[in-house]
Amino acid sequence: MAELTYVQAISQALVEELRRDERVFVIGQDVGMFGGAFKVTKGLQEEFGEWRVIDAPLSEVAIVGGAIGAALVGLRPIAEIQFADFVSIAWDQLTTVAAKQHYRAGTPVPLVVRLPSGGGFSGGPFHSQSPESSFAHVPGLKIACPATPADAKGLLVSALADPNPVLYFEHKHLYRRIKGEVPDGRFAVPFGKARIHREGSDATVVTWGAMVHTAAEAAEIVAADGISAEILDLRTLAPWDREAVLGSVAKTSKLLVLHEDVRTGGFGAEIAATVAEEAFESLDAPITRIAAPDTPVPFSPPLERRFIPQVEDVARGLRELAAY
Amino acid sequence: MARAKSDTASNGLPRERLLEFLGEMLVIRRFEEQVEERFRAGELAGFLHVCIGQEAVAVGVCRALGDGDVMGSTHRAHGHMLANGTPPREMMAELYGKVEGCSRGYGGSMHLYDVKRGAMGANAVVGGGLPLAVGAALAFQLRRESRVSLAFFGDGATNIGTFHESMNLAQLWRLPVVFVCENNRWSESTPQSQHQPISDLTHRAEAFGMQALHVDGQDVEAVHLAARDALAYARGGQGPVFLLCETERLTGHYVGDAQAYRDKEELRRLRETRDPIRLLRERIEASEQEWKRLDARSRQVADEAVAFAKAGADPRPEAALENVYTEG
Repeated sequence: MAELTYVQAISQALVEELRRDERVFVIGQDVGMFGGAFKVTKGLQEEFGEWRVIDAPLSEVAIVGGAIGAALVGLRPIAEIQFADFVSIAWDQLTTVAAKQHYRAGTPVPLVVRLPSGGGFSGGPFHSQSPESSFAHVPGLKIACPATPADAKGLLVSALADPNPVLYFEHKHLYRRIKGEVPDGRFAVPFGKARIHREGSDATVVTWGAMVHTAAEAAEIVAADGISAEILDLRTLAPWDREAVLGSVAKTSKLLVLHEDVRTGGFGAEIAATVAEEAFESLDAPITRIAAPDTPVPFSPPLERRFIPQVEDVARGLRELAAY
Repeated sequence: MARAKSDTASNGLPRERLLEFLGEMLVIRRFEEQVEERFRAGELAGFLHVCIGQEAVAVGVCRALGDGDVMGSTHRAHGHMLANGTPPREMMAELYGKVEGCSRGYGGSMHLYDVKRGAMGANAVVGGGLPLAVGAALAFQLRRESRVSLAFFGDGATNIGTFHESMNLAQLWRLPVVFVCENNRWSESTPQSQHQPISDLTHRAEAFGMQALHVDGQDVEAVHLAARDALAYARGGQGPVFLLCETERLTGHYVGDAQAYRDKEELRRLRETRDPIRLLRERIEASEQEWKRLDARSRQVADEAVAFAKAGADPRPEAALENVYTEG
């Protein structure tokens, strides 16, 4: 066990997988000498050379489409999109080509796309989005959203071992903010298995990514009022762990769904609908959804704080749920 | 590399080989005629794009591919797939939506696949297949394999970003890719003069510093020789090649397209003067006997493909829910 930051855990997984499997290569803008916009790939090109850690020109479509082509003939590409926001340019390659490849052709696409996502430090409207819900709507893709350093590593290992296209959303605001114990050596965190971040009995918070930590702070605050919140970190949205959610709701009878993406059509709606369909009888209160408002992500710190769900928002939601 | 000319008679192909090509082009033609006919008879679902008039590009290029090379196609894929070796019966079964089809009924005309024969897929989002070809070529280069990746696309696709990003990347990294542009001067119903400001598309390759070859796409021999040169160049590690084939779409954009946008007299003239099959038949002076033999065989292949497809099995409805993900 070593204590690593979230970004160190991702880097470690990349290094170890590049060493272990010569089919693995990294491709993206400025990922070489520069080490990537967030230094996740720092030092990798030195060790593995410029054809294992490939600096690509500004070409999101060709980077992602090229990675798909390389995956189709047997390599294990890891494409980095500098900011998750920019993946919209490569939308067609991911949702049309990669996602439907196995269905129509029967061939695997062992592709990983790394997507630094999320806000919290004034990136502004094009550099702060959390677009995971859009992709969760596309059958054929898998989606990972790690919240802790251990999961950042273990989910990346699983993503690379997966024969399907995986979008790996790494939250930018967690890179250097979060530290945690990471087991030594290679380990995989399976997709579709949620993690109980905090046990509780009065209400369930279902969330993922950076919001896990927001929820944890809120749970700590309301614990002083005698409210026991359970926090379920989904870890992956496709597949997502229905059983764990339904199991926790059966225990607490109350559900709060929390995400940093905007509210309308967000993945929280899918979770809420599923619980309403399958566990209506277990619920003692209406399902609460806390999400960003239906606006772009604003730049100015006070505006951005209004946009991203805050600890006090979640604490208030938990108190209202508990009081219902 | 010098620009290939259409009249490559000096080091041309033996007549026997050209006769073979004539037979292969005829198989595609008869297959496509069956597609049109069966569609009009209400037997085929969906959207169909036949390649009547463009057979010489398909045969000339695909017959130059080597073992292990891969090829990506477009919405107008039938000719490429057939010329690349996918059995007509598997193709037709796919158009009929049968499990015997090359995409097991999941794809249809615009999503044909035959991965084991190097066909990486028809990509019906125009230009969408080009980045894949570049990625496959990158893989070949990283693994030091002597394989080439080839992408077909049309004049319309040279307007889209995927084309420019792919050309840029391929040339930057000297990847073994051959970009085959089938310029039929129509982007669906929009003529070339209305969709791009230049008519000589080799300029687009030159903009990337890429080698370009420019041939008459109705001359299967010229296409084949140029494709052979292009593949050898790419395979030799010298970088990608842009192979521009000037061709003709002798039918509508899709089966059933009345082509109200097109001059009927011009189309009639093209059918008489630019039909690649007719041109080759005249050029090699195929005897009546040779022609009849090839024609009868191609009709038989197309008929047999239809019979096979009709006798095929419908997929179980529940199969719609399967195969979204690769297991394991």
